[in-house]
Amino acid sequence: MQDEPTPIELTKAVADFLRNDITPLISGHQAFKLRVAVNILDLVTRQLTQEEGSDAKEVERLRALLGMDGSVNDLNRALAERIAKGEVDLATPGLAEHLWQTTMDKLAVDQPNYASYKRELSRGG
Amino acid sequence: MIEAELSRSVARWCEGATGVTGAAKLSGGASQETWRFDIVHPDGPIGAILRRSPKGYGAAPTRAAGLAAEAQLMQLAFEAGVPSPRVMHVLTADEDLGTGFIMQRVEGETIARKILRDDEFAAARPHLARQIGGVLAGLHRLPLDKLPELRRMTAAREIGEFERDYRSLNWPKPVFELALRWLRDHDPGPSAEETLVHGDFRNGNLIIGADGVRAVLDWELAHLGDPMEDLGWVCVNSWRFGEIDKPVGGFGTREELFAGYEAAGRKVDPARVKFWEVMGTLRWGIMCGGMMQRFREGPDHSMERAMIGRRASETEIDLLRLLAPRGS
Repeated sequence: MQDEPTPIELTKAVADFLRNDITPLISGHQAFKLRVAVNILDLVTRQLTQEEGSDAKEVERLRALLGMDGSVNDLNRALAERIAKGEVDLATPGLAEHLWQTTMDKLAVDQPNYASYKRELSRGG
Repeated sequence: MIEAELSRSVARWCEGATGVTGAAKLSGGASQETWRFDIVHPDGPIGAILRRSPKGYGAAPTRAAGLAAEAQLMQLAFEAGVPSPRVMHVLTADEDLGTGFIMQRVEGETIARKILRDDEFAAARPHLARQIGGVLAGLHRLPLDKLPELRRMTAAREIGEFERDYRSLNWPKPVFELALRWLRDHDPGPSAEETLVHGDFRNGNLIIGADGVRAVLDWELAHLGDPMEDLGWVCVNSWRFGEIDKPVGGFGTREELFAGYEAAGRKVDPARVKFWEVMGTLRWGIMCGGMMQRFREGPDHSMERAMIGRRASETEIDLLRLLAPRGS
């Protein structure tokens, strides 16, 4: 077991420093790059916060859908293959719900301000 | 310095020109660069743009039409009254500038978010969707016998390329698989009519002024194919920049786009347009994957490229909204 502060807390501290203390000092192309850097750290913080929970639920759904066990990566690979072969499609019970939930969990990390995501979130997740 | 070579070049083909000033690189990857500069002329400075592959980068990426073809297309478009910069000069080998061309600089805005939000464009915005329809109609009417040598694309061939690119990423994405299946199942077959297709006609590749569309840029993905492809691509959600209820670049409705296209004397096939919008959404998703790969393998190890890799999921939600919409 590693000591604390946690990676989430450490990453957040760096992001806050760059955002609050460095941003006012920088302009032009470097300011644009700095904004990208801060966005990356924010994304990493979101992923560290959410990934464990969303992956566990994703694995649970995939097991039920595929009737097999494995890592989240293995199971996604298996699902991708079955869709490619036409063995699973939108008529398969649970597939659409699974893909929607998985995709919503990705957007929550990648781009929580993406307009399509916000629209779908307002439908109730 | 590039200004010395440009000065020598302009002296040869621009009568009265005495040199150039203010050369600045606007964008550039390893193989292609865009520069802005002013030609010094007794009648006043002439704004110009250089598009080039530096020396040693002669070969264009496989899908690109190549800079010579791009110059020819822009000139043809200009002559046909399609908003386009005038091509002033095609580079020759002895000028030491690489391959490419020099065109007139068109003033205006290309940054999509500014066009969608700044007051300066408020009066133009409501007309842009319809105007874009007219511009595309003009572009699709460019005479085939005058076009440079271009790739011939059909939906089937393009789906095959998507699949190859996606598989090469070794990136299992069930939503992309679903989209590939859907596209194969719904491929409407080769278009009855083959025209010039711009290939990257979207908000971000247009110079817009207070008066509307001033120029169509980035012709490097031009090819021959189904004209409805351009109408579908301009509607891809990623090019609406947040204005998701205005499918045409965040400017307006499909109906306005179609009306502008048909008013210019060409026919729209809405089902094909929808098909190409799905194609385009998947295409951008796979392009995001390509960015991730280039970031990983170099030479462009930039943060920006890394973050574009993380934009693939936006195309997954948009594909689901198109293919498996949830009840409202």
